[in-house]
Amino acid sequence: MNVTRGFAGRPRVRNDGLPPGQYDARDDWPVLSAEVTPELAASEWTFTVDGLVAEERTWTWDEAHALPPSAYEGDIHCVTSWSKFGVRFAGVSLDAFLDLARPAAEATHAVAYSHTGYTTNLPLADLTGGRAWIVWEYGDEPLPAEHGGPARLIVPHLYFWKSAKWIAGIRLLDHDEPGFWEQNGYHHRGDPWEEQRYSGD
Amino acid sequence: MSDAPAGPAPATRFAVPGRIAVSNRAAGTWQRATLTEIRRETPHAATFRFAVPAWAGHLPGQHLMLRLRAEDGYVAQRHYSIASPPDDEGHVELTLDHVDGGEVSGWFHTVAKPGDEVELRGPLSGFFAWPGDRPALLIGAGSGVVPLMSMIRHHRARNLTVPLRLLVSARGPEELIYASEYGAETTTVFTRSAPEGVAVGRVAAAHVARLLADPPEGGWEAYVCGSNGFAEHASRLLVAAGQPVDRIRIERFG
Ligand SMILES: Cc1cc2nc3c(=O)[nH]c(=O)nc-3n(C[C@H](O)[C@H](O)[C@H](O)COP(=O)(O)OP(=O)(O)OC[C@H]3O[C@@H](n4cnc5c(N)ncnc54)[C@H](O)[C@@H]3O)c2cc1C
Repeated sequence: MNVTRGFAGRPRVRNDGLPPGQYDARDDWPVLSAEVTPELAASEWTFTVDGLVAEERTWTWDEAHALPPSAYEGDIHCVTSWSKFGVRFAGVSLDAFLDLARPAAEATHAVAYSHTGYTTNLPLADLTGGRAWIVWEYGDEPLPAEHGGPARLIVPHLYFWKSAKWIAGIRLLDHDEPGFWEQNGYHHRGDPWEEQRYSGD
Repeated sequence: MSDAPAGPAPATRFAVPGRIAVSNRAAGTWQRATLTEIRRETPHAATFRFAVPAWAGHLPGQHLMLRLRAEDGYVAQRHYSIASPPDDEGHVELTLDHVDGGEVSGWFHTVAKPGDEVELRGPLSGFFAWPGDRPALLIGAGSGVVPLMSMIRHHRARNLTVPLRLLVSARGPEELIYASEYGAETTTVFTRSAPEGVAVGRVAAAHVARLLADPPEGGWEAYVCGSNGFAEHASRLLVAAGQPVDRIRIERFG
């Protein structure tokens, strides 16, 4: 690509935590959902693991909170180019839910779906091994509705559209099945370090 | 709401997830774009017209990604909605607010001149696209009116008869982007200052009720665009006025 005449950009701060093409949004936390923020009370919220599992399970708010607590502390990266450093989300590791539902041997992929109908697809391997959480706290506060409260999925090693807000469930499949943004031209996996923004990247 | 969905994929309330299929090839390729014209819209916004010879075409409502490169290889990239209608072949127009301290919009507003080259990829996202088929209600604030203007221009250029209504909010008349282009389809709302005899205030339930009045057969498809704060406010008003949530499409500028 050619140099843009007269473009200097902001003073560079070397930041090894910043994936290619991303910038540090600092205190900003942009909201980029394409849907209306739902009015979903914690008492109405449920989380289900279904599809290729030994036992389909659904947890209520209280039942989910009875599982062992787990938190993510680190960075998040949005496909629209902002990253946010040193955030803290608290909830339960997705492993705790999956262990109880027991994925079938042939399960290779998953679709995460929201109470709004939003969907996103992920390889099952990206959801296991302490890399994904169901969270209800941001900082030490309840997760705000516009950021996915009462509870959302977070998969922080992938672009944040994979971290479905208002999470309703995870369905395990033996094949990949594109979700909402993936059907709209976005990458199937979305690894920020590989800069997998759009299909074909 | 958590009914166990039947098929292999969970049932979704986005009955039509995208309005169109998106070309992955167009979305994946960076193209050179030459700035050909700059038009001032308001004290804080200007329209930038580009020649993009290999542009694959777009639908009203879509956006693109734009990037600038510094001498040392540093690249800044941002999303921008497309303001121009699809029939403006080989060209796209963007309208940018001058954001205080903004890296990319700052370059456009203080350095850019005709002849400069930048790079684009797109069009992106079929979700907010409007092919000109369904009756549509458009609500935008500030530069959020940009993708909606592409719809209005398309409607005019093609003499479409499908109902289209726009509610546009600006701080005041001098901040209203595309002020000379609005017609009978448009209602303006001024939040800080207004001409003599015109009310000042934010978009309210009464505006939305009027917008939704006399629904066409099959109802309206609603498109909301602007800052997150505005999008939350306007989409809540739409839901309260009875617009189904699965027929509200929101583009948030962050
Ligand atoms: C789908 C979509 C469509 C859009 N369409 C339009 C459109 O049609 N028109 C339009 O005007 N905008 C549009 N936007 C917004 C646009 O993408 C940019 O966010 C906007 O132009 C600001 O970019 P910038 O580089 O000028 O500002 P930035 O440099 O990104 O700055 C934005 C703000 O953050 C602060 N900031 C950010 N990073 C730093 C940093 N490292 N250090 C210090 N401060 C920082 C700045 O001071 C400023 O207040 C759209 C956004 C999306 C997601």
